[in-house]
Amino acid sequence: MALATRTDRRPSLPRTVWDSTVGKKTVMAVSGLIMLLYLVAHMIGNLKIFFGPGDFNHYAHWLRTLGEPVMRWEWTLWVVRVGLVAAVVAHAVSAYQLSRRDIKARPSKYVHKKPRASYATRTMRWGGIILGLFIVWHILDLTTGTVHPGEYEHLHPYQNVIDTFSTWYGNVIYITAVVALGFHVRHGFWSAAQTLGVGNASRDRFLKTCANGLALLLTAGFVSVPVGVMTGVVS
Amino acid sequence: MKLTLRVWRQKNADAEGAMSTYEVDNISCDMSFLEMLDTLNEELIVKGEEPVAFDHDCREGICGACSLVINGDAHGPERTTTCQLHMRSFKDGDTIDIEPWRAAAFPVIKDLVVDRSAFDRIIQSGGYISAPTGSAPEAHATAVPKPDADFAFEHAECIGCGACVAACPNGSAMLFTSAKVNHLNVLPQGAPERETRVLDMVAQMDTEGFGGCTLTGECATACPKGIPLPSIAAMNKEWLRATRKVNR
Repeated sequence: MALATRTDRRPSLPRTVWDSTVGKKTVMAVSGLIMLLYLVAHMIGNLKIFFGPGDFNHYAHWLRTLGEPVMRWEWTLWVVRVGLVAAVVAHAVSAYQLSRRDIKARPSKYVHKKPRASYATRTMRWGGIILGLFIVWHILDLTTGTVHPGEYEHLHPYQNVIDTFSTWYGNVIYITAVVALGFHVRHGFWSAAQTLGVGNASRDRFLKTCANGLALLLTAGFVSVPVGVMTGVVS
Repeated sequence: MKLTLRVWRQKNADAEGAMSTYEVDNISCDMSFLEMLDTLNEELIVKGEEPVAFDHDCREGICGACSLVINGDAHGPERTTTCQLHMRSFKDGDTIDIEPWRAAAFPVIKDLVVDRSAFDRIIQSGGYISAPTGSAPEAHATAVPKPDADFAFEHAECIGCGACVAACPNGSAMLFTSAKVNHLNVLPQGAPERETRVLDMVAQMDTEGFGGCTLTGECATACPKGIPLPSIAAMNKEWLRATRKVNR
């Protein structure tokens, strides 16, 4: 009688997650945290520029030998790159679909408007678009060298970085994006904690402090490089 | 008190609406906001005009029928329901904007009245417990730890007025749904449907066309019953747990 008593099966786990607003937010939270983890590592790596060209270029070389001898030259790097692209795509697609839904859910605005929510919260969507465009420019500038000002030299990131931050627009684009990142992380990290169900009343202050601390740390760490080049500390 | 009211007037669901301006005089500061509207309506009826339609029922702040976005705030400037809002919160000569709840899932029926039956369908999809009918069971038969009872009660306070949806920039019903899910999911009586409840109610919420949560926090600020924002995180936790448990 098992056939007759069995109630309808529910959709599979991936289907349930992707079809639900709560599930899509989970996708955003997880992909966001993966990117955040990468950014912390990236920021720490960037700071090696203050130890001079030898240290910095050697660090870039080491990244390509990561995981040897199991992995070959650049294998680990490519695994990380593929993972990051997947995270960016998942994050952006979910954000796009959820945003469209959110805008549709509130078709008519109130006549009496009030300033609402914090700056970081209100700018999540625009901040995300800025960051997406920045990533494209950043890769074309310092990874492929396509739009790099001056002579792009592979595996000589020290000079490449100095070239980029010797232009006014390089500094403007970079610093704008990093400030946008700070705001994005400020609301995003705390939101991710809520979405993953980690947040509760007693942990709220701690999570907000973490979010602000992370945002500040990342912004300061990333901004220090162009500031270093501009002030001549890095030359 | 003499006041200028700018009220949303809309003949029916299909008609175009607009703000209309009215003057009301001799308003006592002890009147409730709804009594002030009653005064306006009496004058409109005497003048042979159509009175302003608005929802109300108990006028004691416990039924969840009244609504109104007053000067951009759901239920007005005080943290209470519109029926419990008194005119002493306003000053003589003020201009007050009165609008209906705005959300795709809450279509305007007439003037300030919106259709909130989407909430009823969310409740139908899982806001219940399976219990044998008949005489009431012995009250002490099922022990409930005090913290759980408090948590359940905190969420049971939700009167389903929809202020959370009205205040949310995404027209999201997450705070309402989380209040209803958390209320039952923490109790032993709600345990048999613990997983299906949260999955079905969230699915119904999505079907109704409510937006997603961006954790803006406007809902919890507007809630006349003080349902806290972490309720949403608690429901997310239940939802994630249920997705893992139910697919067997």
